[in-house]
Amino acid sequence: MARVVVDVMLKPEILDPQGKAVAQALPRLGFDGIAGVRQGKRFELEVDGDVTEERLTQIRNAAETLLSNPVIEDYTVHVETP
Amino acid sequence: MRVGVVTFPGSLDDADARRAVSLAGADAVALWHADADLHGVDAVVLPGGFSYGDYLRCGAIARFAPVMTEVVAAAERGLPVLGICNGFQVLCESHLLPGALIRNDHRKFNCVDQELVIENASTAWTSAYSAGQRVVVPLKNGEGGYVADDATLDRLEGEGRVVARYAGDNPNGSYRSIAGITNDRGNVVGLMPHPEHAVEQLTGPTTDGLAFFTSVLTAAVTA
Repeated sequence: MARVVVDVMLKPEILDPQGKAVAQALPRLGFDGIAGVRQGKRFELEVDGDVTEERLTQIRNAAETLLSNPVIEDYTVHVETP
Repeated sequence: MRVGVVTFPGSLDDADARRAVSLAGADAVALWHADADLHGVDAVVLPGGFSYGDYLRCGAIARFAPVMTEVVAAAERGLPVLGICNGFQVLCESHLLPGALIRNDHRKFNCVDQELVIENASTAWTSAYSAGQRVVVPLKNGEGGYVADDATLDRLEGEGRVVARYAGDNPNGSYRSIAGITNDRGNVVGLMPHPEHAVEQLTGPTTDGLAFFTSVLTAAVTA
């Protein structure tokens, strides 16, 4: 079984209140030197059989229509090698 | 005049929306998310709540409910559709309206009686107001921040498609204080605040919200 990972991040121009909250909490806990935090989502898709080009195209389509909202988010797709 | 109100798993304000429809003088028809049939209604309300637990993104999974295929097709033919709160999120996820709604900039859930300025009083859902009219209706959301790119915001403002704006302090970080927008035809309206909770003196801060539901009575007659 192969794994395809879809990472989804808010576009840089979209405010990320959760990331901001994490960024503010870090120095309070003594984790210094972090200039900024953006929070995203990671989807791990277990693929039946081989990761073919056709399967990857389907997954990119899923990333574009369901896993991300292209109005506010960008996504990347990569195959994770075991 | 029959107005359908969709219930998704996790809808919260469907009963209040049906009640508002009835108080406005229309017949409220309960529509079910899994039923790909609008049962011949003359307008549709997508109510507030937390459809599918807000999993993935608010409104993202509701968009793929069987009933939404029918709602999108009918909206494109001109059927009046009002999305309130979660319903607004569903309309944006369905691409019937531009932009998206994200977490409030202050990260807290808001629950206030909110003053709005009705800017566009010519949509199917706002014709009973006058442009510039101020109304007070409840606002309650955690992810009510309206966002879109500058070109989209400029277009919405240039074409008069901002239906309502927050008066006073911006309650959730919405870009340009936008509380509601419409499509270019004026039949689809998305609104973050809740007019269906402001239709009776006993339970609402005002009855200012009722006119959303009386507006659509004339829209359906002229459609």
